[in-house]
Amino acid sequence: MTVTGPTMTVTETPTRTATPSVVDGVGASAARPDGLPKVDGSFIYSSDEYHDGSLWGVTLRSPHPRARILGIDTSQAEGLDGVRCVLTHRDVPGSRTYGMKVYDQPVLAFDEVRYQGEPVAVVAATHPEIARRACDLIVVDYEELVPDTDPEMSLTGQVEGLFGGGLARHIKIRHGDVGAARAAADVVIEGRYELGTQDPAFLGPESGLAVPLGDGGVELYVSCQNLHLDQQQVADCLDLPLDKVRLVLSGVGGAFGGKEDLNVHIHACMLALRTARPVRMVYSREESFFGHVHRHPAIADIELGASRDGRLVFSKVRLVLDGGAYTSTSQVVIANGCYFAAGAYDVANVEIDGFATYTNNPPCGAMRGFGAVQSCYAIESAMDRLAAALDMHPLELRMRNAISEGDLLPTGQPVDGPAPVQEILAYLRDLPLPPDADHEAADMRARPGGVGNVTRGEGIRRGVGYALGMKAIGFSGGMDDTCTARVTVWIRDGEPVAEVYCAGPELGQGVVTLEAQIARSELGVRTVELRDKDTDIEESGASSASRQSWMTAGAVAGACGLVRDEILARAAAYLGRPAAGLVLDGREIRDQDGQRLVSVADVLGPESVSHPFTYRHRPTEPVDPERGQGNAHIAFAYAAHRAVVDVDIELGLVRVVEMATAQDVGKAMNPAGVEGQIEGGTVQGLGLAVMEELQITGGRIRNPSFTDYLIPTMLDVPPMPMKIFEFPHPDSPYGLNGVGEPPNLSSTPAVLNALRNATGLELPRAPVRPSDLVVEPSVQTGIA
Amino acid sequence: MLLRSQYPDASPICGGTDLMVDVNFGRARPPTLLDLTSVEDIDSWELIDDGRTVRIGAGMSYTRIIDEVSGPCPALAQAARTIGSPQIRNRGTVAGNLATASPAGDSHPALLACWAQVEVESVRGPRLIDIDDFFVGPKRSALEPDELIRAVRVPAATGPQQFAKVGPRNAMVIATVSFALNLDAAAGRVGTGIGSAGPTPLRARAAEQMLEDVLADRQTSATQEAGGWQTSATQKAGGWRRGTADRQWGEAPSVGRPRRQDPPAVGDRVAREFGALVAEAASPIDDVRGSAQYRRHALSVLARRCLNWALADLEADA
Repeated sequence: MTVTGPTMTVTETPTRTATPSVVDGVGASAARPDGLPKVDGSFIYSSDEYHDGSLWGVTLRSPHPRARILGIDTSQAEGLDGVRCVLTHRDVPGSRTYGMKVYDQPVLAFDEVRYQGEPVAVVAATHPEIARRACDLIVVDYEELVPDTDPEMSLTGQVEGLFGGGLARHIKIRHGDVGAARAAADVVIEGRYELGTQDPAFLGPESGLAVPLGDGGVELYVSCQNLHLDQQQVADCLDLPLDKVRLVLSGVGGAFGGKEDLNVHIHACMLALRTARPVRMVYSREESFFGHVHRHPAIADIELGASRDGRLVFSKVRLVLDGGAYTSTSQVVIANGCYFAAGAYDVANVEIDGFATYTNNPPCGAMRGFGAVQSCYAIESAMDRLAAALDMHPLELRMRNAISEGDLLPTGQPVDGPAPVQEILAYLRDLPLPPDADHEAADMRARPGGVGNVTRGEGIRRGVGYALGMKAIGFSGGMDDTCTARVTVWIRDGEPVAEVYCAGPELGQGVVTLEAQIARSELGVRTVELRDKDTDIEESGASSASRQSWMTAGAVAGACGLVRDEILARAAAYLGRPAAGLVLDGREIRDQDGQRLVSVADVLGPESVSHPFTYRHRPTEPVDPERGQGNAHIAFAYAAHRAVVDVDIELGLVRVVEMATAQDVGKAMNPAGVEGQIEGGTVQGLGLAVMEELQITGGRIRNPSFTDYLIPTMLDVPPMPMKIFEFPHPDSPYGLNGVGEPPNLSSTPAVLNALRNATGLELPRAPVRPSDLVVEPSVQTGIA
Repeated sequence: MLLRSQYPDASPICGGTDLMVDVNFGRARPPTLLDLTSVEDIDSWELIDDGRTVRIGAGMSYTRIIDEVSGPCPALAQAARTIGSPQIRNRGTVAGNLATASPAGDSHPALLACWAQVEVESVRGPRLIDIDDFFVGPKRSALEPDELIRAVRVPAATGPQQFAKVGPRNAMVIATVSFALNLDAAAGRVGTGIGSAGPTPLRARAAEQMLEDVLADRQTSATQEAGGWQTSATQKAGGWRRGTADRQWGEAPSVGRPRRQDPPAVGDRVAREFGALVAEAASPIDDVRGSAQYRRHALSVLARRCLNWALADLEADA
């Protein structure tokens, strides 16, 4: 991807222990250890896992969004040559249900199917095609029921047949006095904003390999986001103790939250244990759309009040997120959506009501941004409407109300840590706009419609839009979040080698690169080996909530410190002098003047030094259920976008011309990795603005393929100038802050605001479709 | 041909860019595949009919169509540019597009606009099918079970041609709607093709007729004025301007280059009427890729713009 415009600024902050000899330590754009294999094709993704004699597992799924299961006849399928076993709910050894927060999702449906694509049976056979044919031979007697698919009905909690009558959670946040503020406001605007269902659309489908062990246990190689939470659920459903269920992280081809819930895990293990053979499972692309959770679709009603001079005086938000058939993380997603529903603004009077619902729509759960994407889209859309009502530049309105350190959030928590929102917005204000397009001279690929060759400048209008986003980093609301790493140092060929062992899943975000960088910085070693990630070590928590770099860095740096202390203590004993004056510098122990005293090889000999370390972030507390008040968060991160778009207002086609991002990352641990996260998050948000929508009608997904679920191509992605600010966070390792989610928040509303600016249309719903953007009525057909 | 007659259920495969999608999605389980990649002499093109027709072999990829025949077949080449990704264009073929006969096939509007012929063959012998007779229903063609496509015959351009395609993404997208226009200057004919807006690719006959009449009227008046934009050669040939016999083919593609946007000589009213007639010729449906209403609207815009560009080209070449 192209990066143009001002280059990023990286402040050179020396790390605590960095020595001049450290290469590719913290702060360097060190190369990914998995980079070359991913490029040359030798990287082992979970769909590549292979074991001699393995069978193939295939899932039979419900064709109906809602139906009662009257009977399942597997006899014909079992009789097919090559089929080794066919399993239904009757064969689940332990808990019949699982879930990240609530065990409500059946391993295999047992009374009713609640969404289209729900697993009903699994087959193991010698060939995947035989297993698929066997699935076709399973006779399921369904009594079809009318699906409930309207979240507005569900939030009443009165819909029979849905969990909780349809209501998963109602979040209330009350701060100040909205009634009084409304009476005093000079300007009040209202708006309703809808957001369609986005899919994580990772390229590596759900897949894994289960290997039965001789002791009755099972080993599962799988792509996932949290090995230990998965292990617990798998063990419960298999009715096995934890030590009989070993999970190993296989190559993850993207996740974005969609691999926090289980997919092939329990099914593959059940089939492997039943057949006493290794079992591979790989979802097809179509099946994948039914095999993971999506981003919650949203309806947000917003009312904002301001004084004449553009000071926000109140903010009232009603947010409805439809979670579909099962809970997954809906209860937490709605909470997170509500925490930031008033945006990154200092506003004293706030009333927020959030509802997460159950319906017979496909289950929704975690996805990059975790509820804050939906609320950011809504509040930032409303802010532009307010700016128009005030006749004020939208950036000016944002700068007048930007949150800063010490301001109280709607939850009553004071903003601590750096909150450089003014700096972020000022960068976007001062960044020159891209030159006006010369559509006659330009390559058609630079115009709306791209290679479709639909315009040579006719109908094109340019628009500019801004948006600001804010989100908590890490787990909130009182969770005791831990991450453990073990670091071991030994001597190989006279050189100290460090091994880092930590279960924090690598999804592509680059945590493995950081692990090695931290070991190099802390220990001065050149060679770092990364051990496979599995459940033999204590947990690391999920690669989610933009937390893994923070947590892993804390754990690895902590373990490195313990190892360094022991090496220095051994050197002190070896040298017969106090450890206090010794410095570990890679292969040497030096005194404080840099004088070489002894080599690490001589100190350690054939022995190794190994220490685990468990990192915890500061404690948080849950918010109270009535007013939503409490110090729930450990940190906040901020990003803002300026989008420039060209719109063909006759055809409704869009070319995003430029996406500029400004973001505070605390410390750019790996600047190239940070740039990648910002580009990726920005593009995923752009996709949600203009094309990425899972179209669901009556509970059925109409476009479960990359033919019709469109994600941006190179010709949809513009140059992305960016400014990376590094205001060190006081509580985090190296001052870093979470990076992955913030650029995904403001990208979508920035594009929407630019489209509104270009067309003058309200555009109350995203993703926008071409027909939404047609401005000029056609004389011929009278389209409005 | 013998194999084809022995295995009428076999799915012929060459590029595999369409068939393999169906296989991967579990929608197709062909009992037999008939591999055409080793058939000789189908991956090239030649000029036949005294250079007036381009004969494109069934195995010739879109990439080679873009690189090698964009001169005589500008609309088809432009359609090829909009297809898939470079990898797909390296493998996919016009013949495969035809055999699938999807109403959304990107080649079809250009072939319709150019009055192409499909050269098919079986053990019973060869035959030529006019493109107007080829598409008989949604994903159904006039191809008999024992027949294979050997080549496509596309009359070489004698005037401007355009192809435009609307999709909600700027590349790698199935057409929401597409349109091709061919001003056959030598014969004084107008050809059109509509994609993704009916059960089959369609021709907008009323629009063709209207435009032919307008251009013919204009020629008459221009000729009377003496020193208009016609050359004597075209007048003799009965067309609107000079024919193509001495034109050097293989020149760079005309699309994507800067264009004048002068008001076309026929006027905006004609362009709009042309757009309306094209939209009327369509019978689109609502589906996951767009509404029928949007499709009609977009078609009218595409047709109007394509006509304006083509007329600007006509004037530039006169």
